[in-house]
Amino acid sequence: MMTFSIAWREFKNLFLSPLAWCVLAVILFINAWVFLVQVDNFLKISPSLAGMPNAPGVTDAVAGAVFSTASVVMLMVVPLLSMGLISGERRSGTLSLLLSAPVSMTEIVLGKYLGLLMFLLIMLGLITLMPLSLALGTHLDYGKLFSGVLGLGLLLGAFSAAGLFISTLTRQPVVAAISSFGLLLMLWIISWAGSGSGDYSPVFHYLSLLDHYGSLLRGSFNTTDVAYYLLFILTFLVLSIRRLDTYRLQH
Amino acid sequence: MTSSMSTENLLVEVENLYRYYDDHCAVQNLNFQLNKGEILGFLGPNGAGKTTTMQILSGNLAPSAGRILINGIDLLDQPRRAKACIGYLPEQPPLYTDLTVDEYLLYCACLNRIPRNKRLAALELAKQRCGLKHMGRRLINNLSKGYRQRVGIAQAIIHSPAVVILDEPTVGLDPIQIREIRNLIVELGKEHGVILSTHILPEVQTVCSRVQIIHKGHLVFNDSLAGLKLRLRSTSLVLTCRQAPDAALLGKLPGVTEVEKLTDCSVRLHFKADANPAEAVAAAVVKHGWGLLELTPEQQSLEQIFVDLTTADESAGAAPVQERAA
Repeated sequence: MMTFSIAWREFKNLFLSPLAWCVLAVILFINAWVFLVQVDNFLKISPSLAGMPNAPGVTDAVAGAVFSTASVVMLMVVPLLSMGLISGERRSGTLSLLLSAPVSMTEIVLGKYLGLLMFLLIMLGLITLMPLSLALGTHLDYGKLFSGVLGLGLLLGAFSAAGLFISTLTRQPVVAAISSFGLLLMLWIISWAGSGSGDYSPVFHYLSLLDHYGSLLRGSFNTTDVAYYLLFILTFLVLSIRRLDTYRLQH
Repeated sequence: MTSSMSTENLLVEVENLYRYYDDHCAVQNLNFQLNKGEILGFLGPNGAGKTTTMQILSGNLAPSAGRILINGIDLLDQPRRAKACIGYLPEQPPLYTDLTVDEYLLYCACLNRIPRNKRLAALELAKQRCGLKHMGRRLINNLSKGYRQRVGIAQAIIHSPAVVILDEPTVGLDPIQIREIRNLIVELGKEHGVILSTHILPEVQTVCSRVQIIHKGHLVFNDSLAGLKLRLRSTSLVLTCRQAPDAALLGKLPGVTEVEKLTDCSVRLHFKADANPAEAVAAAVVKHGWGLLELTPEQQSLEQIFVDLTTADESAGAAPVQERAA
């Protein structure tokens, strides 16, 4: 119950500063641009695809491109949104309001997390509307579209959880932003190391945020991928709670 | 001391509290109680451990050792229940500057688990008590420091907690605001227990009913204000005359223990606590025609006690708690 109150406050706070509006505007503009370019490209090549067996459909060509662009942009933007979650409150001294209220650490962390997630889900909804609008003129592969939306949603959840954890580590929001970006980018490209035939390549592939997202985008719904993201989120949330608890100990 | 007191009046009970920052010990073996209707003044020089103690009491900081009971509930075992009985204003008020006063206080009401249908009433009451009635729609960012401080206090009392902890609530305010905030604190003390930290000594004398002085993490003084006043009773007189008075003769007056020469024409007379020789001194001055200009009892101020207790550096480690039954 208290979790939702904190989440709702956090969500509303985002819209009190121009940051949230600015982020929405920039991301939607970039995605709209990619969307239009992809639709244009698809129209150009669609006649030659007509005769091919197993040709990529409009969902692959357009939705896939929109979602993968969105993921890269979000990789850069989520750290900016998550940086202030805890470190900003520590810096301005408002964290003590939460700490001296009859609220548990778990409620604080979950509230903060859900608040950010609500914002990101709005963004996800708006991005999804773009490929969905094609349904007015053609047939869409809704299964693939759903799998892509789920993938991006889980990815955003994972980004936010990692960002939230980094935000509990420092008093400086900018340090939190850069560190989260570094961590996410590292996890993004970690599979490059395993692209050869080394012994550890499966490990690197499993750790990579990108690989799991890729398979969801292609429409292959794997429990492994979903479990990976859920475990990722759970891990960082638990770490954040632990970290806030020890914050009371050491200061 | 506690055994005779009914436990329902005991709001805060601190036992053997320790807090270490790495090797540095900020609070050592602190023991004290707060009763209902008491305003406890917490004094100490900078870095004495006042803020650390308050942060521990409010649950912002975990103690290294010790036990804290708030309203009979253990703060460490049942933090949520215990914290519901506390209102805390840190040194820097924890304000969300992007919100209006109403939005902020409603959020605080919600965080403190006030039922939805009672929040508006709690908000109105808190605003009224803190003189914020017409400020509800103002953005906190645009408020002056005094008003921000009031919003901070309103935040601490919105859920009518049994214990209100205020960390230097009057720092940086103008004299009129200071007086208003002091009145508010006295008002709060009637229904709640208040713990107030400050380094403004007259403030303690005007608002507090009990005084504690903490130095280097130790409690070095703990007394009720009445007991303090007793301690502050004068034990010396300053005498100034037109002509030089005869010190030897004054020393022979009943009750006088020591005569200290200040200038040619003035002396300080020390006397036993219950034998004020002022009358005899005046008579002697008149008799010898020295020409009385001044005869003033000297009061030992709280400041003097404070300085005495906190500058006795070397003995501080072993200083016993000077305590009277409150």
